[in-house]
Amino acid sequence: MSIDVQDHPPLDKGPEPDLEVKKQPRFSYKARVQGFKYLGKRLVTYLIVAFISLVANFMLPRFMPGNPADQMIQSIVAKTGNMPSPYALAQIYARYGDPNQNVLVAFWHYLVQTLQGDLGLSIQYYPVPVADLIGRALPWTLYLAIFSTIIGWIIGTWAGAKLGWKPGRRLDSIVTPIAMFFSSIPAFWLGLLLVWFISYKNGWLPPQGAYNESLAINLLDPTFLTSVAIYSILPMATLVLVGFANWMFTMRNMMITTVNEDYVQLARAKGLKPNKVLRNYAARNALLPNFTGLAQSIGASLTAVILAESVFIYPGVGSLLFAAQGTRDYPVMQGVMLLIILVSLVFNFIADSVYVLLDPRTKEK
Amino acid sequence: MFARFMSLRKVQIGLVIMGVFLFAAAVGQPFSEHVLGWTPYTFDGNAMGQAPSASHWMGTTSSGQDALSWLLYGARSSMLVGLISAVIGTALSVVIGTIAGFSGGAVDRFLNGVILVVQNIPSFAILFMIAGLLQNANVLLVSIIIGGLEWTGGARAIRAQAMSLRGRDFTAALRTIGEHPLRVILVEVLPHLSGIISPMFLRLIAAGVGMQASLAFLGIGSAAEPSWGLMINYATTQNALFNGQWWWFGPPGVCLALIGFATTMINFGLDEVTNPTLSSKRMTLMRKFLKQKKRQDAAGQPKIGAMA
Repeated sequence: MSIDVQDHPPLDKGPEPDLEVKKQPRFSYKARVQGFKYLGKRLVTYLIVAFISLVANFMLPRFMPGNPADQMIQSIVAKTGNMPSPYALAQIYARYGDPNQNVLVAFWHYLVQTLQGDLGLSIQYYPVPVADLIGRALPWTLYLAIFSTIIGWIIGTWAGAKLGWKPGRRLDSIVTPIAMFFSSIPAFWLGLLLVWFISYKNGWLPPQGAYNESLAINLLDPTFLTSVAIYSILPMATLVLVGFANWMFTMRNMMITTVNEDYVQLARAKGLKPNKVLRNYAARNALLPNFTGLAQSIGASLTAVILAESVFIYPGVGSLLFAAQGTRDYPVMQGVMLLIILVSLVFNFIADSVYVLLDPRTKEK
Repeated sequence: MFARFMSLRKVQIGLVIMGVFLFAAAVGQPFSEHVLGWTPYTFDGNAMGQAPSASHWMGTTSSGQDALSWLLYGARSSMLVGLISAVIGTALSVVIGTIAGFSGGAVDRFLNGVILVVQNIPSFAILFMIAGLLQNANVLLVSIIIGGLEWTGGARAIRAQAMSLRGRDFTAALRTIGEHPLRVILVEVLPHLSGIISPMFLRLIAAGVGMQASLAFLGIGSAAEPSWGLMINYATTQNALFNGQWWWFGPPGVCLALIGFATTMINFGLDEVTNPTLSSKRMTLMRKFLKQKKRQDAAGQPKIGAMA
């Protein structure tokens, strides 16, 4: 069916809208440049943040009461029974304060070392480099962070779309407060409850660790992979339960606004099936804030992941940090913190890029 | 507007919960000292790791500390952290947001840059670094760091609002009659920002309480201040989970969740008042109306809208 618009007289007698101006190709050269400019600005911001955190990392030990460098050397001596090598000594002094060295020179050395991926040597596992420890732990943490965020996102967005479609009915008034309560539970405490109830009381799932330790680490071995999956059920469940509600709320509130839009009414009036209207018309537009938030929240979820890991003694960055805190292993603590900041910056940048791709408004001036 | 806000069930529940915790924070310490006769610093050698009973209303830890008195002391430090960080964060965001929004130009560009940079600093990481290095995270330190880093979202919203208010007629009128800009901002503009300030204040309370608990749980908090996070930390390190001492590790987590829950409830209520499309009351009314209409249609009665 086609309607010939030309035959009808214009409905309003206002000035003819200037249609020519809007007929630009969707991604013109100019628009693309605008998008890159936006990303470039963001990148500069992130570089500034990264630099500030490097400076903070460098300065903090120097402001500390006592002398961390001497403390550290003492604990290494206590651990290994002899003085660390001259190179290690120089490194410790460079990082944690040498009264005989100019601060700016020391900072320059520190900067060069850090940018080369040299984060110093761990005290607890002396003389293992911190970068090695982190490299071993990081995959576990990213696995938990990425999967739990995506699962929580899917559940939350789906539930939010359902609730926002018909707001105010009984399901909405029951589910929303319950979800609010769940989203307020500290992740580490929920993890403890799950360990207590599921592992200790009933023995359904292993309470801690990331895989069955009698198996060798082999990413191609299906038994190893199943054990990884089984061991990660509890930490995943914890993070999903704590995290899904926020997605649900934003989706619900966005749905409530879009459901009343004219184009949704039109879709309904056309007699489309309600499910189709929900999926293809209302939810599709309501999805934007959730979509752009996804990458960003993977970075932001690291805090919760770290806390949950220390509950489940999961061999990720969180457990490393927890152990380092107990033994005052400053190089590890600082390395992990720097890494967390950098990882969240990377995910923020991914979020910005997605935003530029999805939202044409960023391409305008 | 205030009456409508107070009439919402969500707001009532949230305010009651917050009130209870504030009350516990205010009178908890003398109450546990004089009425219960226990503090977190006293050890009852005759009751170690006991379930709730008449002498210990909420049981004891495995070294004989009274769990309820610990909980009450914890309420105090939690509420303190929450309130102080909320006050600091709110003050910062209001000051920076209004200055940026009202002055425009270079000042605005600079402040906006500061906002962007601070926004991307993960506060927990910074907090952890500082607290870990000092091996101490007392209430004041935690609140200053949280307040000092978590103000950016509010500042952006306030900046946007201030920019739009600057162009409105009433501020232009006040400027033309020579009113001092400070008076314009404090007396005329600030009330318009309450819709942004109050949810931000509540969110900051929850953030402060949660972060302090997380730090204490990780064992970096101050060991001298009995807090909920520390209680959970001791419970896990002393095998309360394995021994099934739920009265030890359970209540502090419930308290933490309740504070977060209460602030979210109040914020949802605020949303409903400021954004009528989200009003649950109106939605329920609408559903009822539509249902009634359907029933009447089915019964063959004249339609409600059929008068025209």
